[in-house]
Amino acid sequence: MSKNKEEYTWKELEIGTIFTEPGNTAEYKTGDWRSQAPTYNFDRCIKCGVCQLYCPEGCIEQDEDGYFTANLYWCKGCGICARECPTGVITMEEETE
Amino acid sequence: MGEKVGIEASIAIAEAAGLANPDVIAAYPITPQTHIVEHLAEMVANGEVDAEYIPVESEHSAMSACLGASAVGARTFTATAGQGLELMHEVLYIVSSMQLPVVMAVANRALSAPINVWGDHSDLMAVRDTGWIQIVVENGQEAVDNVLCAFCIAEDHRVLLPVMIHLDGFHMTHVIEPIIIPDREEVQKFVPPNNYPLPLDPGRPVTMGGVGPPTIYPEVKKYQDVHLRSTKGVILEHWDRFARAFGRQYNPVECYRTEDAKVLIMMMGSMGETAMNAVDNLRNEGISAGLLKLRLWRPFPFEELQEAVGGADLLVVVDRAISFGGPAGPFCSEVKSALYNLEKRPKVTGFVAGLGGRDIPVVGFETMVCQGMEIAEKGGGEILETYGVRE
Repeated sequence: MSKNKEEYTWKELEIGTIFTEPGNTAEYKTGDWRSQAPTYNFDRCIKCGVCQLYCPEGCIEQDEDGYFTANLYWCKGCGICARECPTGVITMEEETE
Repeated sequence: MGEKVGIEASIAIAEAAGLANPDVIAAYPITPQTHIVEHLAEMVANGEVDAEYIPVESEHSAMSACLGASAVGARTFTATAGQGLELMHEVLYIVSSMQLPVVMAVANRALSAPINVWGDHSDLMAVRDTGWIQIVVENGQEAVDNVLCAFCIAEDHRVLLPVMIHLDGFHMTHVIEPIIIPDREEVQKFVPPNNYPLPLDPGRPVTMGGVGPPTIYPEVKKYQDVHLRSTKGVILEHWDRFARAFGRQYNPVECYRTEDAKVLIMMMGSMGETAMNAVDNLRNEGISAGLLKLRLWRPFPFEELQEAVGGADLLVVVDRAISFGGPAGPFCSEVKSALYNLEKRPKVTGFVAGLGGRDIPVVGFETMVCQGMEIAEKGGGEILETYGVRE
């Protein structure tokens, strides 16, 4: 979106509140919803990518060394990656302000 | 000019919708459905109408299919009635909020229980706030004419809203009347092609029906209200255009012998035909009576109503629906609200009559006018007056 939803007046809406910019949900910072964040002990990581397959948000990326980490801009902290990781790399820890 | 034929109103509506070249018709074909979609199915099967006919498994799906079809820019038509309209309810709001120009004929029928598929306005009142443009007609010719107008209104780029044409179940849908069906050429000249400005198109992707959190929802709803109100001028424009092309004029509030009337009786739908005779009889008896028929239910024609009540002392409003535990019949409540802030306004007495398809004879309207005059003069009267209910 060219501007945030908070900035639109009722006179500036598109027909039927249609979004004319495809893909703008990527700008939506769903990471704000998170109360727990994934932390990693890569000593145990076998780089299988199971966490990436299961992530419902599709926010897990592989780095240059082959390790997988969640992008915290979108990660909602659901903990599915930690639950599914076969070698126990991921631990969910409470977010601190 | 088209030819005048003796035809059932439902079949005539199907013919009219077919002449408008719809691209998609989605309907649930079982009771409480009418012959409207049945006849359209025949016309599509016979190759007379080049449309995609989708017989779905419920009314909820019928309106959902119409939504999808309209979103890709197809001219979309459906019809329903009574309980069927109730089952569509959720999707009606979505279609209007997404500004999709679906046209639907609604055969107004009573709601269960007890099971009753006869005509009344219970279903009509239940969809009052759905955000659709709503036109109420009183005979088969008006239904045919307004189905054609509905496509022009709905698809007009200044409008882009769905339109319901309300017609009384049985009193109209199952009655054979003399009706002029316009010629194909006339209709094609009158109804321009649909050209939805932002359809679903892979070449120009858009998102429809997105999430509207508290940060934007109130703005969307305010826009919707202001927009629906603003369409009245465009509706009048298309009615005037229709009058020039076909010679029949429609108005938001239709007046009959109201010029010098002291007492007015008001209603929506097919009751208006009978009430005209009642007004004639009352006039012959020396009572200065007139008749108002509301044609445009949404957006509500405040100015036209206020003007139409003019110098009358009393307005008797007849509802064919009931608002259980409410202030009056639902139509009467609206009329009262519309007049309340006027400096000089008539007294208003409401009657609920004709529920579940019970006939209201000519003398019924005469009786309501006389009773209304008595209540206005002497005071008293029930919160909810009924006519024709056995005590």
